[in-house]
Amino acid sequence: MTETRATETGVTVRPVEKPVEEYALRLGDDALLLSHRLSEWLTRAPDLEEEVALANIALDLLGQARYLLSLAGQSTAQDEDVLAFRRSDREYRNALIVELPNGDFAHTILRLLFFSTYQRALYRALAHSADASLAAFAGKALSEVEYHVEYAAGWAVRLGDGTEESHDRAAAAVAELWPYTAELFAADDLVNALANEGIAADPAVLHAEWSEQIEAVLAQATLGVEPTGTWRPGGGRSGLHTEALSYLLAEMQSVHRAHPGAAW
Amino acid sequence: MSSVPDPEMPYITLGDLGVVGAVRIDEDARAVHVELTPTYLGCPATEVIQQDVKAALLDAGWRSVAIELRFDPPWTPERITRQGRAKLAAEGIAPPTGRAGSKGTDSAPVFVTLGRPPAEVRCPHCGAAQTDLLSAFGPAPCQELRRCAACREPFPAIKRTR
Repeated sequence: MTETRATETGVTVRPVEKPVEEYALRLGDDALLLSHRLSEWLTRAPDLEEEVALANIALDLLGQARYLLSLAGQSTAQDEDVLAFRRSDREYRNALIVELPNGDFAHTILRLLFFSTYQRALYRALAHSADASLAAFAGKALSEVEYHVEYAAGWAVRLGDGTEESHDRAAAAVAELWPYTAELFAADDLVNALANEGIAADPAVLHAEWSEQIEAVLAQATLGVEPTGTWRPGGGRSGLHTEALSYLLAEMQSVHRAHPGAAW
Repeated sequence: MSSVPDPEMPYITLGDLGVVGAVRIDEDARAVHVELTPTYLGCPATEVIQQDVKAALLDAGWRSVAIELRFDPPWTPERITRQGRAKLAAEGIAPPTGRAGSKGTDSAPVFVTLGRPPAEVRCPHCGAAQTDLLSAFGPAPCQELRRCAACREPFPAIKRTR
């Protein structure tokens, strides 16, 4: 939870209250920021089909973010827009992997593979959550994420098992992103308590499922996981981020901050 | 209300698409409560659909209209009516092939698979059975892009729920 702070607009963003709302905030921030990164490919994708695909996936993630942020703001009566557009970087609860800049197409594909495979395991588990709102959401979102995994896995194999150039770029993306995947499965008091109540997914179970599936795809893509030492960056769940998030938010929030309360 | 056209596919109605759920009415207060089940969580048409439904009900004489979005049970292509499927096909969009009105199957989770099992989606132009997937993502969240192996015409198709 964060301290209360006033924004430039004079509106105070209050910390969410219930543990399940903090959990929804984390998952919603993950979806929102990856959606934004994917939407940055608009007009820049390698071809029209990939442009349409990345935009569609971004849209699915935005829909997830809207639902989760609405859930997160319920008991503090803060809507999705307040949470998305008026929080500062220190108030964001996403894992670092989704805020990293796009890099090349291989980087985008490998990140999407790592993240959507995690999300699929997560939503499969949450579809049976003791929290009815989370369960209803996860069951719906799962059917969308299946397509994201399939798209990313298909491209990961084509890039990894493609030309020397595409293989090297995909391998570089794996090496850069791999340390960041650990944070997706990090347990803390909040997650442990919610998992014990049957509300949150058990990160250890998710990690086992994820590892098996990712190893299978990377093997088919002729991309082994390089040993990357023990460095495992984290801190996103408590508001400690890379500087990339600050630039992202500056752009994403600029219109809302310049014209608070404006409607179409 | 069910005759309100879909904003992205205006040749079929919301009733045809199967997004209108339970409706509760209070005749005395002239109040109506409607459940809508959007096709996809991020479908950009959702807000226009809400506005259109509300406007249609107010025009019909209801004084108070409340709309609730529900995702459980989720929308599946099987909810598209027989009439809706015929209208989609006439517009060059291949309708889903499952049985109309039946619920989606609760299939076992799939692991990462590369390449999809061949789907039986007929070409809406020439009727050929052999069509290929071009992209799983199309002009709307609920559609994919395919091409007919016989007449070579590309066409959108309603996606199956995975």
